[in-house]
Amino acid sequence: MRQALRHHLFWPVAALVVLVVANTIAKPSFLQVSVIDGHLFGAPIDILRAAAPLLLIALGMTLVIATRGIDLSVGAVVAVSGAVALEYISASPDPGSPVTVLVAVAIALGLSLLLGLWNGFLVTVLGIQPIIATLILMTAGRGVAMLITGGFITTVTSEPYKGLNSGFFLGLPSAVWIAVGLFVIVAVTVRRTALGMLLEATGINPAASRLAGVRSRTLTWTVYAAAGLFAGLAGILVSADTMAADANNAGIFIELDAILAVVIGGTALSGGKFNLSGTFAGVLVIATLERTVTVLGISPHVTPLFMALVVVTVTLLQSPRVRERFAVAALRRRPVSDVARGGAAQVSDDGAGAPASPGTEAPGPDIEQAPVPDAEPSAAPDDEKEVTR
Amino acid sequence: MTTTLSERATSGWVSALRPDRRYLPVLGTLAVLALMLVIGGTRYDNFLTPIVYSNLFINNAHLIALAVGMTFVILTGGIDLSVGSVLALSTVIIASLLQAGWPVAVVLPVAVLTGSLIGLAHGVMIQVFGVQPFVATLAGMFFARGLCFVIAPESIPIDDPAFTALAGWDSWMGHFRTTAAVVIALAVVVIGFVVLHYTRFGRTVYAIGGGEQSAMLMGLAVSRTKVLAYVVSGTCAALGGLLFAMGNRSGYALNGVAMELDAIAAVVIGGTLLTGGTGFVLGSLLGVLTLGTIQTVIQFEGNLSSWWTKIVIGVLLLIFVVLQRALSLRKT
Repeated sequence: MRQALRHHLFWPVAALVVLVVANTIAKPSFLQVSVIDGHLFGAPIDILRAAAPLLLIALGMTLVIATRGIDLSVGAVVAVSGAVALEYISASPDPGSPVTVLVAVAIALGLSLLLGLWNGFLVTVLGIQPIIATLILMTAGRGVAMLITGGFITTVTSEPYKGLNSGFFLGLPSAVWIAVGLFVIVAVTVRRTALGMLLEATGINPAASRLAGVRSRTLTWTVYAAAGLFAGLAGILVSADTMAADANNAGIFIELDAILAVVIGGTALSGGKFNLSGTFAGVLVIATLERTVTVLGISPHVTPLFMALVVVTVTLLQSPRVRERFAVAALRRRPVSDVARGGAAQVSDDGAGAPASPGTEAPGPDIEQAPVPDAEPSAAPDDEKEVTR
Repeated sequence: MTTTLSERATSGWVSALRPDRRYLPVLGTLAVLALMLVIGGTRYDNFLTPIVYSNLFINNAHLIALAVGMTFVILTGGIDLSVGSVLALSTVIIASLLQAGWPVAVVLPVAVLTGSLIGLAHGVMIQVFGVQPFVATLAGMFFARGLCFVIAPESIPIDDPAFTALAGWDSWMGHFRTTAAVVIALAVVVIGFVVLHYTRFGRTVYAIGGGEQSAMLMGLAVSRTKVLAYVVSGTCAALGGLLFAMGNRSGYALNGVAMELDAIAAVVIGGTLLTGGTGFVLGSLLGVLTLGTIQTVIQFEGNLSSWWTKIVIGVLLLIFVVLQRALSLRKT
């Protein structure tokens, strides 16, 4: 039980389960998935489809946050990307042809990548704080999107473009395939290669990791470019959903939702250790929450209130102070684990010292934020800190 | 006491005229503001008229209050994303309570104290529970916005006679028009300036921004000051809501969407470093006026569309941030 309690996925998954149970009580058919024309239908599928853009953005955001950064501009990139794609399609002579759609998507993604590179340039080359560097594009980006659409909401009819979001492939909406597929590919790439570890090293201590031979600057730059690219893809999904490019409202506040998803998933905004599975759970929590509010018949405007409650609960439960309480209470119940403390004393070093060794997995500083499965020794350092205070 | 205060204040201004490095960003803002006014003056008739200046203050009174509060938080190295929502919440509380027949003398303190309370909650989450300022105030932003819709989903007009009398009060100094909202906003600036520079709390704010560890080792009340900084910001945001309600005579849950970005932009353009420790309330005032002037210029231009405002603000932010970066690089 204690191991489960300390696992980084515990609180986001618990929140998700609570939401699903609440939904099922309010509407017993909530979890029902039916097959119509070989396609899957039902609330869970809807939630997944609605969550697809957020999932893409949260994916990029997790990687950016891992390097101690943040990307506020993704919402604006969503708007720009959708605007460019739809403007191109509506201006082309044949909006329904797959070639047109392909070119439109390519242009939109290329531009998004460029915007991501711009953010990365500001952060890595000019050394501007990420919040401010991306705030610039966040402010100017929507202006640019409006410039592209001429201040109107561009609407088009193009079957292939619409299919990018609501088409079906093997029973699931294509948006789900795109988002989940990319998420899995990136997660596997990051975790099966050294890339993820290098990102964490960069986030934990940029200077030390650079001295250790990690190309922090290139990595950071790449991550911002990727975040831009993913946001562009999200923009295509969003605009394909409504078939309209709304420069003012497309992807509005999606950067905040994405940051919340990352935080709910247990990745600290201070960078370093990140977990993509947590982000996935966080995205599902937010998407389900939005759905719940509609199911319960509450005005969607009130959603933020529930969002705030979930965020406050989850972040407080994840805060070091509350975790210490848990650890201390557990130890009081089981004084036997004093034995385990002897073995753990070596790694009880506080976060500051460990980053010097980014080449190793650096077990020391990670224990607090993302407890490894063997929670037994990790409980001890927490307690030790309590004593020394 | 007052004479020494004003003496020190004037000596501060005199040294600002000499190129002291600390004042360079603020002087840069001043230069940009002057440049824009000159360009505007040469391009359009009626641009350099008292009414334009007056409107600059009248239209941005709420943003001035927001920016002052934000300056405190940013000086400690934090950030407050909730100010736009708290502003909306304050307008909704004022409008709905006045509609319910409460007297103005009760409603206004209640609205402002709500802001302080939200600020206190931020401070406690950040300081006691170690939640990052970005996340804590983000939660506060969602909370306040959601609460607005719980209280009143529609716009509520304010027709309370006492409130409209207060909001409608204005005085003419020559051709310059001042409203009660402007007076309150400028009072907030003055109080903010005095508190930051002449009280223990204010100096501690700077010390925390300069280095929290050092401030703690110096025995300064770091926890209390940080919590208080968020209380100040929340209070200022609620005051901003009062000023906004005075300008619009209504309370609406969708007021001030994304206004926190304007406030942050104003503070940054005003020369405050987001890392904390460096910056001035008067700089933030200049930042707000710069943003206001951009809008005025675009209105005067007429054929320029409103989205150019966003692009210009973005470009200006970029220039200022790069300049600040260059300055701080030269220092080290």
